[in-house]
Amino acid sequence: MSLRSLHAFAGGVHPLGNKNTDVLPSIHLHGFPEVELLMQQHIGPPCTCVVRPGDHVDVGTMVGRADKPMSVPIHSSISGTVKEVHYVVSANGTPVEAVRIESDFKHSINPFCRPPKVESFEDFIQMIRDSGLVGLGGAAFPTYIKLNPPKNKMPDTLIVNAAECEPYITADYRQICEHPDDIIDGILEVMKWLEIPKTIIGVEDNKPLVTRIFSHEIKKRVYKTGKHPDIEVRTLKTIYPQGAEKMLIYTLTGRKVPPGKLPIDVHTLVMNVSTLRFIGLYLKEGIPLTRKRMTLDGSALNTPGNFIVPIGARIQDIIEAAGGTREEPKKIIMGGAMMGVALDRIDHGIIKANNAILVFGSEETTLPPESPCIRCARCVASCPMDLIPCGIDKATRLRDTEMLEKYHVMDCIECGCCTYACPSKRFLTQSIKNGKVMVRAERARIKKEQELLAASEQKGGNAPS
Amino acid sequence: MKLQVSHSPHVRDKATTQSIMLDVIIALIPATLAGWYYFGIRAVLITLISVASCIIFEYISRRIMKRNNTISDLSAVVTGLLLAMNLPVSLPLYMVVIGACFAIVVVKQMFGGLGNNFVNPAIAARIFLVIAFPKAMTSWTVRSGSWFSFDSADAVSSATPLTRIHTSEAPSLWKLFIGDKAGCIGEVCIIALLIGALYLILRHVIRPWIPVAYIGTFALLAFLFGKTNVFNFAGDLTVLSGWGDLFHECCYMVLSGGLILGAFFMATDYVTSPLTTKGKFIFGIGCGILTFLIRYYGNMAEGVSFSIILMNILTPHIDNWTMGKPFGEVKENAKV
Ligand code: SF4
Ligand code: SF4
Repeated sequence: MSLRSLHAFAGGVHPLGNKNTDVLPSIHLHGFPEVELLMQQHIGPPCTCVVRPGDHVDVGTMVGRADKPMSVPIHSSISGTVKEVHYVVSANGTPVEAVRIESDFKHSINPFCRPPKVESFEDFIQMIRDSGLVGLGGAAFPTYIKLNPPKNKMPDTLIVNAAECEPYITADYRQICEHPDDIIDGILEVMKWLEIPKTIIGVEDNKPLVTRIFSHEIKKRVYKTGKHPDIEVRTLKTIYPQGAEKMLIYTLTGRKVPPGKLPIDVHTLVMNVSTLRFIGLYLKEGIPLTRKRMTLDGSALNTPGNFIVPIGARIQDIIEAAGGTREEPKKIIMGGAMMGVALDRIDHGIIKANNAILVFGSEETTLPPESPCIRCARCVASCPMDLIPCGIDKATRLRDTEMLEKYHVMDCIECGCCTYACPSKRFLTQSIKNGKVMVRAERARIKKEQELLAASEQKGGNAPS
Repeated sequence: MKLQVSHSPHVRDKATTQSIMLDVIIALIPATLAGWYYFGIRAVLITLISVASCIIFEYISRRIMKRNNTISDLSAVVTGLLLAMNLPVSLPLYMVVIGACFAIVVVKQMFGGLGNNFVNPAIAARIFLVIAFPKAMTSWTVRSGSWFSFDSADAVSSATPLTRIHTSEAPSLWKLFIGDKAGCIGEVCIIALLIGALYLILRHVIRPWIPVAYIGTFALLAFLFGKTNVFNFAGDLTVLSGWGDLFHECCYMVLSGGLILGAFFMATDYVTSPLTTKGKFIFGIGCGILTFLIRYYGNMAEGVSFSIILMNILTPHIDNWTMGKPFGEVKENAKV
């Protein structure tokens, strides 16, 4: 184990950790009157709804079937009756089909849920897909795709992301404190079926307890099996965005993921601790992904903490069940303070990838006005991708797509460091996102133009000479 | 319930434009006080007039251009302070006002205000004054009478150390260091300037790359190609004082004139210096070479302002050349 905290990438910022909830044991929340399950909770095509109003469902009953590649099934998180299948607007503003289920408060579990038998790699992948698992760190990428890379790109290292660098969020931290055995089980399963020789767990150095828990857990395995599993715990410097995939890979292995490529292109697999814990648990219990550990924090809450809630529970119900608010919320954020989305409505049902709800009162919600860029270069120094955010901002405002391409706008990982650091309080990340939209539109336009040109050339004689 | 919707990130660093400008002002205070101490009450007056007229011109020009009021960002105060520090104490007061007007109205606001000026307003104003009033801008005095005397008869004219090197009147290095010499109000006291610079570096307001590259390049050139340089040095290097003589000229040149003030406080101006570390080094080296050339081969004694302003103009190009590759945009990948 290394004694030195690793910090390899340039840039990054140090927002206040605000890990207020890290010592509080997670609480199971039950008794939600209804849930609303969106039929698209992952990156990829939506599921097909297979229930109709009036149907009875149990915990674990499939309600959304994944019949397209890149999609994973969705299961009911409570037992009760399907009330409605309708379209709703999701938190990120797109319309999506949703199933509303009214609870019968019995929590009966679907009798067909039992621990899966895994005898081959194919079984393993199928079982991961059937469990409905997606990357729980926030990306919501279907895990079965990640675990099934093309044969020429098999990973040689599994990196376990336990960095949790977003302020406020402690859900992974609690996961590790409460279920280290399941996590190690999950890691060993993945290593076994994908034949990965080596695992590195990356933990930020502000969480020494996590390092100790993992080391202890690994020792227990050595004692039990007489063999040291090839799992190493490495301490990382506490800096945001240490947990960003590309940064984490670089810090731990020295490999750089080229722009537009995936970790697997450098033979690395990155998985979040919660995702791995679910694999460990699913193999034991066989209940699909129906519950999610979330951090609830923010000045407007009575009792911040970590809560395990059924997927699809409405945000307002969760806040109520978790102890309610002590002042009128001014701002509610789904996700972390650096990358989360500020909501305008709170009747959304939560989805698999959500890991925090931040409820802010007036204290944190003063929005500083934007002032002109003074070229202080703090954004440049803070960008982990080595971009020039102030230049991109300028190019976006000029709608200059050529300039945007020159500034490599598409490489931005939208981490928010530049905006955090900017003394002029400019909305750099937002502006960069807009710039990306412009570039995408421009690229599409150029492509279409070329196609038209090629088509007219093919017609040959008809083209005016 | 009305919820505020805004884009991520939802937390921000404490630093603001205003807090940065305040830090710069704090850092300039020791050197300003030292200047007041050495040059008397007239220096106080020039400083106050310069700062006040910068604020007033900023206010008026924003009003006329129907833009929002920006006095509170304190950038006009910084410009006023820097301008005053770059003026000789004997300068007629109306010229101070003209300088402030040029800095704020012409250089800063006509180009769109803070962040859009392509040259440093204080330096541009100083150069403007040198060209418009060459005599007044280059007559140096040292105080001879009482500290409270406004009368210029109480001051005796003197030459700056720069023009006196290699004469018998050249002041000692120690005198140069503590500021007991002729020169502009803010440039004389090196120790006070360095204290301020250290404050800025420790507060992460500036990075040391530009001053280090600037002063380093200049000192090296003076050492290698100055009047008494390492090649034609005839002294005795077997004794300690021989080494002292060898380094004397280069230390003397660094400590005199506006080099320290320029390198730490004007060349590091955010708006007109490059964004990347590589760019900052190029900028500093360029300033160093230009200052050396002007001081040794030009017909002006002082070259700091001209060097910085020339490099200011090059800054957009430097930014262009030094735009690095994004993370991961390299061929070799370790251990794959
Ligand atoms: S941090 Fe803000 S003020 Fe500084 S250069 Fe970047 S955009 Fe400009
Ligand atoms: S949001 Fe994009 S540009 Fe800004 S710091 Fe992160 S990667 Fe760099």
